[in-house]
Amino acid sequence: MKFGVIVFPGSNCDIDCFYAVKDVLGHEVEYIWHDTEKLNGFDCIILPGGFSYGDYLRCGAVARFSRVMAAVKEHAAAGKLVIGICNGFQVLTEVGLLPGALVRNKNLKFICDTVPLKVEANDSPFTSLYQKGEIINIPIAHGEGNYVADEETLKKMKENGQILFTYVDNPNGSMSDIAGICNEGRNVLGMMPHPERACEDILGNSDGKRLFESILNALEGSLKNE
Amino acid sequence: MNNSYEAVGITENEYKKILEYLNREPNELELNMYGVMWSEHCSYKHSRGLFRHFPTTGERVLQGPGENAGIIDIGDNLAIAMKIESHNHPSAVEPYQGAATGVGGIIRDIFAMGARPIALLNSLRFGDVEESERVKYLVEGVVEGIAGYGNCIGIPTVGGEVYFNDSYNGNPLVNAMCVGIIEHDKIHRGNASGVGNSIMYVGAATGRDGMGGASFASVELTEESEEKKSAVQVGDPFMEKLLMEACLELLETGSIIGLQDLGAAGLTSACCETATRGEGGMEIDVLKVPRREKGMLPVEIMLSESQERMLLIVEKGRESEVTEIVEKWGLHAITIGTVTDNGRLIVKEGDRIAADMPAYSLDSSGAPKYYKEYEEPQYYQELKQLQQEEIKEPQDYNETFMQLLTSPNLCSKEWVYKQYDHMVRTSTVVKPGSDAAVLRVRGTKKGIALTVDCNSRYCYLDPRLGSSIAVVEAARNLVCSGAKPLAITDGLNFGSPEKPDRFWQFREAVIGIGEACRELDTPVISGNVSFYNETESQAIYPTPMIGMVGVIEDIDKSCTMDFKEAGDIVILLGETKNELGGSEYLSRLHGLEKGKVPTLSFGLEKKLQAFILTAIEKGLLRSAHDISEGGLAVALAEGCMEKGLGVDIQIQTKLRRDVALFSESQSRFVVSCSTEALTELQQLMAQQEIPNEILGKVTGEDFKISVNNSDIVTLKVKDMKAAWRGAFKCLMK
Amino acid sequence: MKAKVYVTLKKSIADPQGTAIQNALGKLGYSNVEEVRIGKLIELDLGDVSEGEAEAQLVKMCEGLLANTVIEEYKYEII
Repeated sequence: MKFGVIVFPGSNCDIDCFYAVKDVLGHEVEYIWHDTEKLNGFDCIILPGGFSYGDYLRCGAVARFSRVMAAVKEHAAAGKLVIGICNGFQVLTEVGLLPGALVRNKNLKFICDTVPLKVEANDSPFTSLYQKGEIINIPIAHGEGNYVADEETLKKMKENGQILFTYVDNPNGSMSDIAGICNEGRNVLGMMPHPERACEDILGNSDGKRLFESILNALEGSLKNE
Repeated sequence: MNNSYEAVGITENEYKKILEYLNREPNELELNMYGVMWSEHCSYKHSRGLFRHFPTTGERVLQGPGENAGIIDIGDNLAIAMKIESHNHPSAVEPYQGAATGVGGIIRDIFAMGARPIALLNSLRFGDVEESERVKYLVEGVVEGIAGYGNCIGIPTVGGEVYFNDSYNGNPLVNAMCVGIIEHDKIHRGNASGVGNSIMYVGAATGRDGMGGASFASVELTEESEEKKSAVQVGDPFMEKLLMEACLELLETGSIIGLQDLGAAGLTSACCETATRGEGGMEIDVLKVPRREKGMLPVEIMLSESQERMLLIVEKGRESEVTEIVEKWGLHAITIGTVTDNGRLIVKEGDRIAADMPAYSLDSSGAPKYYKEYEEPQYYQELKQLQQEEIKEPQDYNETFMQLLTSPNLCSKEWVYKQYDHMVRTSTVVKPGSDAAVLRVRGTKKGIALTVDCNSRYCYLDPRLGSSIAVVEAARNLVCSGAKPLAITDGLNFGSPEKPDRFWQFREAVIGIGEACRELDTPVISGNVSFYNETESQAIYPTPMIGMVGVIEDIDKSCTMDFKEAGDIVILLGETKNELGGSEYLSRLHGLEKGKVPTLSFGLEKKLQAFILTAIEKGLLRSAHDISEGGLAVALAEGCMEKGLGVDIQIQTKLRRDVALFSESQSRFVVSCSTEALTELQQLMAQQEIPNEILGKVTGEDFKISVNNSDIVTLKVKDMKAAWRGAFKCLMK
Repeated sequence: MKAKVYVTLKKSIADPQGTAIQNALGKLGYSNVEEVRIGKLIELDLGDVSEGEAEAQLVKMCEGLLANTVIEEYKYEII
């Protein structure tokens, strides 16, 4: 399986995602520079955390115009997997691949902590190895992770089971305690928490590893079906 | 004679020295360049003379003081670059940007050596946070500024310390430390060598902001400081991230001879320092320097301290290779001059020569050096007097203990460090809130441990002993994580060196640090001096912050301070003495900041540290924690917090109960071990003659201490933890 | 009485955010943009006060809290 990690100017969790795939999962992974036009041969694209373009103006506002984003849209439209983590989630909402937006944390402060999440749905390629309702601990590190969407969107997401993770103890004011969502097609995931920071026991926690393993499962499954 | 020298902070004698260097009167640009370069901030003219007291060499030292950062070998062809730097004055007037640009500056120092920055730490001091709204505003702004910069650039802030004392009411201290990792053969220095090589400028354009920051840092804060406002700037961590990645990529190409960050005194210091370390001369044209504003004068360009700029010395003919990489990162590289060997720093404005001076004369090698007068202040002997009768023994130890545990200096600082991304780069093994931060070194079994430490109350009461204690305490922090201490970087924050009593404090502190570093074999590899931290003649407590790095050969064997399992045995190593002088207990509960600072025996200290390392290495310890502010009782409580476990402790002592609990006697540790490991541990203690006392056991949920068979502290760990964690947040509301 | 307060970085102070946005606009084809400066707009309802009082209050608010005159400047409109 081949993963691609997009590098925007100002991305800084690109290396963490890279190592999570390469060292922990033992799969192939490449960095993809932001002005790349075509994404050929990648099974899953990761938009990493960080501060793309300094997060100036609005988080993700400038990154959405990067050349690579058109290719990411094509990749998603073809039904292939995309994950946006933290800043990557913000970019995915700005570019319209995911609904809603992320605004400043309710307490107006950056929060770095490991928090409990509830797995709301495991019928997605990203969560199949978790139990529905399971509580997992995943680090967060963001200043603008407060998820907002209009009521209709929220209602629709709930009906479709698009809310994949919620906070047990809402740290940032997100509506409906939302920590992570997917699109209707269930092939694009956006989440504020950082699963790549929770893949090894030496870092204190490996609850995030199953997210990547779920992806591998899904990719291997789809290969078999082909 | 040009009388304007006073306006740039040059004395009459110094002016005469300039005349000798030039054989003529300096023009305005030249005079201003001498003014900033000969300020204390750049030249260390008052402090340099004392640095001979520091050990700066050793088997592992790959780069000692004098470069952008020091470098220490950690084996396997790897090394650690580190430095601490102050940004006190800017943070006092604009806390967010002052602190943010402080972080930015120290990061540039690290990648200027060719090292990849991997961790940030900071050491902060503020005034009375309980009473002053201004102090709260400063705390809020400084913490957000550090977070804003470090989080954005993606370097984890893994550790630090925050203390409060009235002596910082007018002068907060903000010192930032950065640590980088580098392979031995990749080390670069700020050398302008190779005649004909190009001087290239990369990064943000030069503006009028930050004019004269270096001289700003070298005067006392007064009402007039308002006038100096422009010395504070806005940091751009995004630009710095690009600059850092571009520079690290450039270094891989072999086209870069040297690089230097543009920090204090901007282009002026970068040019003269790199020239002095290299071939000796340089010629640049200010008209080629990218400028942000129209109509900037050469003096403004040469003195600007605009952030996020670097100077590269590039092998002649390879400029386009450099340009290509820099442009990939969305930046521009422009050739502004060349390396020469005539020993002159020549600044041109197009064809006109705007300044022409011996390069070394600006640099610290040519700057004046003073041996200031010093005098023992009267308070030094007076404050040593402390009668036990002055200290009323507490009635209710539960209450006293909780007051101490929830005080601003001892309560949990999670309100602070949870604003810092301390996990990015996924290498942080032991997170903030512990004795030392531990990072794994990817691709090896190794880890490094980092800490920054200083008890400034000790340093006030006894600058020499207090500073020695700061060094050994930093080492203790590292040892508790299983790391062998290797080297220090020191952030020396003091009052005005021109006052003999303040200079005495400085001198004593330098000697104290030197002595401890020699004893522990931890050389000083870099550092920073910040003088003039006084307002209306009230000086800060002398605050020599000690940043220390240690190496753990096998990261799987690292140790933490928290108790691991009920039933484990709790042991005190070292001896508790009647030493309440300078303690947190005395200050917080009795309002007294006096008495003799606890004594220190290097022999015992080294014996204990070696023992802890051996015991951790052998896997005999479940936890190890050094005893510092708040004494034994607070150290025990800190061990309970992480897992919410309790302890059942019995102390037998001839000391008064408050002394037994809160004395800050040095060279003590609280460790725990499993019952199975106890026999072997006891044999080892006996063999190495380690003073020790079995205190009791780790338990489920109660925190109990009895002294001479009477229970004096009985608390629920749950309540204790909630109060300790919540205290700071409550304070900041 | 209502007022609008504009807080911006002083002209001599670099505005990294503005510069980044200017570059982004350039990439989108607006290469004619010579400068972008970003600031804050603060809307206040001052309640029932005279214009003179409002003005006096606004100056104090700006100097004391809304702007840090070390790096920022402010202007206000009373509507």
